[in-house]
Formats: sequence, C-alpha cells, structure tokens
Amino acid sequence: MNKPIGRLFAAALLMFGALLVSTSWWTVVRADRLDHDTANHRGVLRALKIRRGLIRADDGTVIARSTRDAEGVYHRSYPTGALFGHPVGYSYAGIGQTELERERNDELTGRTNAITTTVDQLLGHKAEGDDVRTTLDPKAQRIALDEIAQAGRSGAAVALDPRTGAVKVMASTPTYDPNVIKDSKALAAANRDESRKPLVNRALQFGYAPGSTFKVVTSTAAIDTGRFTPQSQVDGKNGVKISGVPLANDFGRSFGTIDLKTALAQSVNTVFAQVGEQLGKATMKRYMERFGFDSKPQLDYPADSMSASVVAPDPPRHAVPPTSKYVDVGRMSIGQGGLEATPLQMAQVAAAVANGGRLMKPHLTDKVVDRDGRTVKTVGAQLQSTVMKPSTAAAVTDMMIAVVQSGTGTKAQIPGTQVAGKTGTAETEFGDKINNVWFIGFAPAENPRIAVAVTVAGVTGFGGDFAAPIARDIMEELLR
Amino acid sequence: MSARNRELFALIPAALLVSAGFAAVFLSRDDLLGGLSGTNRVSNVSLTYGAIFLGLCVAAHLVLRVTLRHADPYLFPLCALLASFGLVEIYRIDDGLARLQAQWFVIGLILFAGTIILLRDYRRLERYRYLIAIGGIALLLLPRAFPPVNGAYLSIRIGSLSVQPAEFAKIAMVIFLASYLRDTRQLLVTAGRRVVGVTIPPLKHFGPLLVIWGTSMLLLFYIRDIGSSVMFFGAFLAMIYVATDRLSFVVVGVGIFALGGYLVAGHIGHIADRVDAWRHPFDPKLLQRASGGSYQLAQGLWAQADGGVLGQGFGQAVLRISGNPECVSTVDCSLLPAPHTDFIYAVIVNELGLAGAAGLLGVYLLVVQRGFKIAMLARDSFSKLLATGLTSVFAIQVFVIVGGVTKLIPLTGVTLPFVSYGGSSVLANFVLLALLLLVSDRARRPDTGAGA
Repeated sequence: MNKPIGRLFAAALLMFGALLVSTSWWTVVRADRLDHDTANHRGVLRALKIRRGLIRADDGTVIARSTRDAEGVYHRSYPTGALFGHPVGYSYAGIGQTELERERNDELTGRTNAITTTVDQLLGHKAEGDDVRTTLDPKAQRIALDEIAQAGRSGAAVALDPRTGAVKVMASTPTYDPNVIKDSKALAAANRDESRKPLVNRALQFGYAPGSTFKVVTSTAAIDTGRFTPQSQVDGKNGVKISGVPLANDFGRSFGTIDLKTALAQSVNTVFAQVGEQLGKATMKRYMERFGFDSKPQLDYPADSMSASVVAPDPPRHAVPPTSKYVDVGRMSIGQGGLEATPLQMAQVAAAVANGGRLMKPHLTDKVVDRDGRTVKTVGAQLQSTVMKPSTAAAVTDMMIAVVQSGTGTKAQIPGTQVAGKTGTAETEFGDKINNVWFIGFAPAENPRIAVAVTVAGVTGFGGDFAAPIARDIMEELLR
Repeated sequence: MSARNRELFALIPAALLVSAGFAAVFLSRDDLLGGLSGTNRVSNVSLTYGAIFLGLCVAAHLVLRVTLRHADPYLFPLCALLASFGLVEIYRIDDGLARLQAQWFVIGLILFAGTIILLRDYRRLERYRYLIAIGGIALLLLPRAFPPVNGAYLSIRIGSLSVQPAEFAKIAMVIFLASYLRDTRQLLVTAGRRVVGVTIPPLKHFGPLLVIWGTSMLLLFYIRDIGSSVMFFGAFLAMIYVATDRLSFVVVGVGIFALGGYLVAGHIGHIADRVDAWRHPFDPKLLQRASGGSYQLAQGLWAQADGGVLGQGFGQAVLRISGNPECVSTVDCSLLPAPHTDFIYAVIVNELGLAGAAGLLGVYLLVVQRGFKIAMLARDSFSKLLATGLTSVFAIQVFVIVGGVTKLIPLTGVTLPFVSYGGSSVLANFVLLALLLLVSDRARRPDTGAGA
C-alpha cells in the first residue's frame, strides 16, 4: 500500500505547487494590473493615511496641500483655487484623481522607491509622499486666465520654455475651483454644464482650427525642403482656385506676385495654399508629424486627458492622415480644411522654431523633492524631435519677426524686446462674424526664452487684435 | 536527541513567531504613541502572549511525552506554528476575536490530550464504525434544521456559539472508510468481473461506496456545501486508491462526482452564482451584485495583488473602510468580507506577500508530508488507511480554500486548518492531529514493545 501513498503525496505536491503558482499569479504577474483597476479602492484608502506631498508652482507657491484631521485621515486642498485647476487637477477619496495629481500619484504618495518603503516598514516608519515642484508660473497664469476671460467666451493659453519644454503657463477658460469640485454634486453639475464645459482643459483637450498660425508649419516645410526661400515669388491674387474651389484672402485683397516673407507678414491665404499644394500631402504630413501632430503630446499628464492635433475633414468627419484623399492640402496648409490643433500643439510649433528647430518634450513637473528637501528626481530638457535645420529656423524666425514688426501681429510688440509671431483667425460655424482667434510666438527673437500660443473662441475680430496682446502680456511677465 | 526533545525544541519557532507577530501588530498600532511607555507595552504584552502560547504547547508536549513517546516529533510543532500564525493574524484583524480563538485553542488542546489518553488503542474505533458513520451523517444533516448562512446549511448557532458539524463529520467519515475499506479492499480488487479492463466489484461491496457518493451529492444538494462535499469525496477517492491501488476507481469516482455535481449544480442558484463569480470576478455587474456576486473574490484578489512579493507588513494592510463611525469591529466593516475565516489567506498574502504565502504553504506541505509518512510507516491496513484519509482531508481542505481564494477553483467556504478563526475548526483539527499522532506512535514503536 505504500506505493499509492507515495503517489498521493506526489499529487499533493502538485496541488500545493498549483496553489503557489496561482498565488504568484496575483501577487506578481497581475499585481500591477489589479492595483490600477478602477474598481479597486485599496490604493485610495491607503493613500488617505499617507501625507500626500505638496504641489508647488515654480516660485514655491503651494498649489495643493494635505492636512490631517483628528482621525488621522488626510484631506486635500488647493490654496490657489481655480488658478491651476486645469493643469493640476484634484485628488479626493470619493471622486478619484485627475491630471497632474493622477500622473504624479506614485511620487506624491511616496511609492516611488520600493526598497526604501520596505526598509521604512521594518523600521516602523510611515510612508510619506514627496513634494512635486511644477514649472508653472502663477503670475503669468493669472494674466492668461484674466485676459482670455475678458477677451472672449472661452479660450486657452500655453507658454513653454523652448529650450527645455518646461510649461510655464497652461490656462483654460472657463476655469473650475478644485476645492468646490470636492462635493460630488458640484462635480456632477460642472460635468453637466454643456455650454461652459468648465472641466475641459482647452489647452490640451480642444482642437481649434489653427487658421493662419499654421502657415508657420507650411513655411517650415517649404524652406526646410529647399523648394522655397523667404524670397521665393508666389502669386498672391485673390480667388486662386485651390482644389477646384476659389480661395479668398482676408478682405478679398489681391496681392499680385509677392515673396514668402511678405506673404507671411500679411497672412496671404492664396500664397500658402499654393505652397502647400506644391509641397504635396506627403511632405506636409512629414513636417506635421515632426512638430507633433497626429499623436498625443509627450507631456507628463494622463494620456486620456489629452487630445492629438489632427486633420478631420468633412467628409468623413473624423481624423484621417494628412495624406488621405479627403484632405484638401491647400486649405490644410492655411490651417483650415478640418485641421484641429490644441493650444499646446501650436505653442510647440512656436517653440520648435524658437529653439533652432529642436523641439523639446513638454513637461509640467520640474522636480520631485522628498521631506528632507533632497531632490529625488529632476525632469530636465529632453528632445522630442528635430523638426528642421537651424538655418530653416533662422529663416522662419526672420519671417515671424516681420509679422510682429510690420504685419498683422504688431500688437504683440514688447518695447525693447524683439518678438516673433504669427496671428490666426479661423471662422467658426457660428457665422463669419464669430471667430476663433490665435497668436503664436516667441521672444526675445534672437535668444528665445519663452514660446506661447493663445487662442480665444467666440470673438468678433482678428487674432492680431485679440490674441496678440494677451500673448504679449504673458511673454512680458515671463521675461521679467 | 530523542523524538520528544526534538519536538520540544521545534516548538520554539512557533513561540517566537507569536512574540514577533504580536510585537509587529502592536508597533503598527501604537506608532503614534511612541515614547518609552509605548515601547514597554509592546515588549511586555507580546512577550506575555508568546510565553503563554509556549506554556500551553509545552503542556501538550508533556502529555505526548508521557503517552506517545514514539510519535512523530514534527507534526505537533508544525501545527503549533500554523496556529500561532493564525492567532497573530486574527489578533491583527480583531483583538476580541483573537481572545476567543485563544480560548478555543485551550479547549482544543484539552480535547487533543483527552483524545490521546482515551484512545490509546485507537483501533477500538473499528468496532463502532457503523455507529461512527451514522453519527457523521447525522452531524451533517443537523444544520438543515437551522436557517442557512449565505445560502448554505453549514453551521448551527447555539447561543452565541456557531458550530460547524461538517468539521467533525469529516473525521467520522474517514474513520468509517478506513475500517470499511480495510475489510473489503481485497474483494474490491479481486472478486469483481472485468469489463473492458475495468474491474467492477460485486454490488454487495460496491453499495457502501455508492452510499458515500450519495452522501457527497446529498451534501451538495441538501446542505448546499460544495467545499465539504469536495473534501469528503476527495478523501474517499484517496483512501480507495490506497486501498486498491487501482486508478480506475479514482477515474470512475471523479467522473460520477463531476456528473452528479453538474446535474445538481444546475438546480441550485448559489452554486451557479459561484461559478459565474469565479469565471468573471472583475465583471462590474457581478462585482456590484448585493448577494451571490464576485465582490468578495475580487476584493480577495486585490488584497493579494496589494501584498505583492513581500507584503505590506504585519498590521500594515488596509483592512477597514475608514471614516465610517458605525464600524466598531473590523470584521463588521471589512473591505474584504470574512477576513478572519474563509479569506484569511488573502489577508496573510496582503500583509506578508508571496513570501509569507510560500512559507505558509510550505508548513502545510510539511504537515501533509508527515501525515503520508505516518501512513507509510504504519503496520496495519486500518492504520495506513486512517492516516491516509486524515492527511488527505487536511490537504484537500487547504487546497479547496486557498485554491478558491486564489481563483484556481470556484470559491467554496471552508476554513484554513489551524489558521482560520472558528471553534469547530480548531477542535476538529486537534482531534485529527491527535489521531495522526496515535497512529504514528504505534507505527514507530520498536518491535520489541508490547503493542496490542
């Protein structure tokens, strides 16, 4: 009878082996997936007892802090209120986490370093969150929010340091106050507000027709391929047929044959539409992709809270590659034809030109600092792509200086500082009087330290009149 | 070193585990107090717990030293280790429960000593096999007279006590089968006709086996207790396999059990629910269902994922939904339902990680190994079958609950032997342990000894 007993033990070994395998499956193989399951509230519950780190602006201003109540549970509050609602988001036990609060959750709850946590546990220490210092500038952010709200119904502004990709301003109007959203009824009401959409971060989630600001992309492609120079002569008369349909210039003005530099300064649609047609869809696609179009931004922000900038013609009313048969390349080249770009994307266009053609990855986090003040992690400058040759960047900069000096963007001038920029005005479906206006630009032109994109929706007027002064004020503050 | 001295020394790790475990739980609770007073309290109380536990184990050891000099020296310390593991974890969940559990341990140890002293010649049990079998079935049917708990007739409440008769019935069933199969094993193998290579035993001998199968089905259908049903039938198959050395019995047995289970399960809602929950534990619809859903299983899996490789540490895991003032005891408002009984394995993995789980499973495997070793050393068929049956039922119980909690098999509620909270479970397992040690003592006794 001993042989079957031995075999029974072998069977028991197998069964216990299976138990060990299934335990390993959940604790190791699938652990990460289960930990991040949205129905799993374990992390949030544990995080309630951990002092979540501070979030600060670039000057040290506290944007988010946690305070402990009598029961030992921490509560989040936002001293700057609505100022940084969109870029920073919120973190509440009941309704979850969004935006930078979500993206940097591991750092803020001190889960970044597994080894120290285990050692700390053995020593009986409690986990503590690290502080996150952002690149955001409170004064410039305030200017952006206030001036957009004055100028129009809604809008957004993004300001970047073109050398590093640091996001100095990310403003979206209408705003919301994260301290109010804590109440789930207020959150539901904000979610239902279809006319104002206060929870939508327009800097990242809304694609606006970029209008003439996109001519910077077209100019870059034209010059960088060597097919054109700023002096190339193109026929700028009104009503040139583009894809078989006549295209109008602003005020129906005819320009005759003019060079590219003048055409950008005066924002001549027919010139750039023809340039785009001559370059072709494939070339346009290549340069658009280098600038970051057609894919999500590489920002340290939850991917599902960001939109890619795409071309979505009608038909087929959804995003298609720029080489699609539906795309009217001429109209796309002047920022129409279904092109939808986020303010961040257009700020990156300006930043790429400003930084000699080298586009840096945008980032909101400057560094992560632990409780003892030691820097745990620094987010430095990282190259996203090389968009153009330095010579092309210099040529396009020269053209953009002309826009501000003598063209449509004179209201962006800063006394004593050379500004380069481009205006944009896109008619909306609400009629030709209501426009989405734009300004993108950078300064100082000879040694750029700040690149900016401003868009205001629902304006009766032009980008040069409404968006350019806002961009100027933001840049002036940031250059101070 | 003599067997009994080895046993005595092997108890030290269990006592250390209790001290260290209580210290860890205290530390995690009193971290806010700090200071000297806090530290003193930790060391004093945890050492006291460790000392009391060691004292009780030493007392049981002395009984073994006097009565069963030759018994396996490792079995008792291994079970003490499991018990201390459970006690610390239960204390961490709810200190009131831990006090009750400690009382159950005292009663369990008395029952353990009583079993050993009264059943010195355990082979007397054979004489009462039918009485034991009927008693076992009666125990199983008893809960039917009481209202069901979670859709199953598992336990009966007497005052504040909840008793699960199935825990004792499993032992009765093993004793009966060991005795019965001892008599009929030869007949089962030789007396039958061979049909397509399978020996069909005469109906006369086959009958009682059908009764066992019927009992298992009855358990499933009438008591609605899949866990006990699987345990019973699994132990039965293990014993008949050892008795006959014929795999065909096992194959046919598994077949008819599966068939019966399939037919019966279709008619019992809560079994179909369990299978649904097992297949799709993270399905939002099943997760949110008030009863019969997968909430418990999903929470258990999340708890394990939360533990990872090394765990959150003793006393560190998230157990309670905080901020609810209505919660007095942790058990009432636990994030994970039944953390102290069925799901204690998930809590252990949560706190001690895969490493702790591997250690725990390792201890169980060592117990099983000792059990089968005793079966091999035993000199007569009844002893061999008894040890095999007891060990199998123990191993299957661990497999059923740990497999259920880790989603290896559909979840059925049985206790984790010696670790889970529960009086019946503690008492029954101490009886099981006593029987194994009795068999072991006889098996290892030198030939020159008297025997009986």
